Amino acid sequence: MTVIVDYGVGNLFSLKSSFAAIGEEAVVSSEAEVIENAERLVLPGVGAFSDAAKKLKESGLDKAVKNAAKRGVPLLGICLGMQLLFEKDYEYGEHEGLALIKGDVKAIDDMGKLKIPHIGWNALKFNGNNPLFKYIKDGDYVYFVHSFAAVNCERFVIAYTEYGKMLTAAVACGNVMGCQFHPEKSGEVGLKILKAFSEMQKERV
Amino acid sequence: MITKRIIPCLDVKDGRVVKGVNFTGLKEISSPVDLAEYYSKNGADELVFYDITASSDGRKIFTEILRQTAEKVFIPLTVGGGINTVEDFDRVLKCGADKVSVNSGAIKNPSLIGEAAKLYGDQCVVLSVDIKRVDGKFTVFRKGGRENTGLEAIDWIKRGVNSGAGEVVVNSIDTDGVKGGFDIELLKAVTDAVSVPVIASGGAGAAEDFITLFKTLPKVDAGLAASIFHYGETNIADLKNLMINNGIPTRI
Repeated sequence: MTVIVDYGVGNLFSLKSSFAAIGEEAVVSSEAEVIENAERLVLPGVGAFSDAAKKLKESGLDKAVKNAAKRGVPLLGICLGMQLLFEKDYEYGEHEGLALIKGDVKAIDDMGKLKIPHIGWNALKFNGNNPLFKYIKDGDYVYFVHSFAAVNCERFVIAYTEYGKMLTAAVACGNVMGCQFHPEKSGEVGLKILKAFSEMQKERV
Repeated sequence: MITKRIIPCLDVKDGRVVKGVNFTGLKEISSPVDLAEYYSKNGADELVFYDITASSDGRKIFTEILRQTAEKVFIPLTVGGGINTVEDFDRVLKCGADKVSVNSGAIKNPSLIGEAAKLYGDQCVVLSVDIKRVDGKFTVFRKGGRENTGLEAIDWIKRGVNSGAGEVVVNSIDTDGVKGGFDIELLKAVTDAVSVPVIASGGAGAAEDFITLFKTLPKVDAGLAASIFHYGETNIADLKNLMINNGIPTRI
């Protein structure tokens, strides 16, 4: 069973429905105990980093997520939820993330040419061969909506996407994974990513 | 490379899909949930649901239909119609909408855009504008195109984007329902004025109209249409193949 972390940020209805569509039981929870004992965890999020980081901390669920991640529970951060996995963010000042993956989150450098936010369907360019993508292929399209992107995390990038330059599309550091795009809004390709995730088991520690 | 989006629009009244020609003469088509699922399988990149019911009963039915759709369809859903307050945003977002489009509600209360953007992020707020030429000037209309607001369209769009709208839907009343192609002149004026994604609406009569749109105006991000998809005149999968053959970045 997969637990979707509810810390008061984001639309969890679609996410829950998308797991139901692939036959994976998913519950939405804001209880630390449920989160710590989850088989798998999803950390969602939309909006501003500072608000989300604050809410996650105030709810006390940041510790539950970190504890579970450190015990090897597969964790998937989605969109802002992925950005929260990093150490630092520079949206409206400097903010601390969960620091589960080394790297920072910065505004997309548009060089004055690109439309920001980066909204729409863009192709994945794999970097390596992560099991999260075992059911999809290089070049498949997924849906992005973001103005900030993860940087200084090259060795953890498992997929890029091209928007003016290469942007971080997905990351993994062992059992901790993140997608900048929305798998729950990326049609069949997105559901296949969630299916691969829902087959992951806790690493033996 | 980011792809050009094809967006079918479903006008929903009393739980059914309708499409007006020049906004009058409503005709019933089909179940919104079934139609949404069909379009998603056929390659639609996104869906827009417009709630054109006025009663509170109708609104409840609409919200229920939205919920049923979001349980089955896993592409972005934008909801518009009857959005006047942040509570309206909350109501549709909880039922599975990803983006909310404001039109008359923002004209009545322009601070709605900024308030919603602050709460849900710029990416969530879509400014939808119905535009008609009046004495040669692009003018904003409301109430489904029946009432002239006197607002100059490009100024209004710039204000909306500055307040936090993350996308703009440009609906040309002059070309809507005429099926003679998109309003290139109007769309050029809008894409020259703002840097957020722009969605063209009103006038698609054939697949070739989308090709002309994206070839003539590479800064337009998406094309929205209703009747040509609903009546099966243009199949989305065929349209997308045509786009690829014309070198337009397209998701298939």
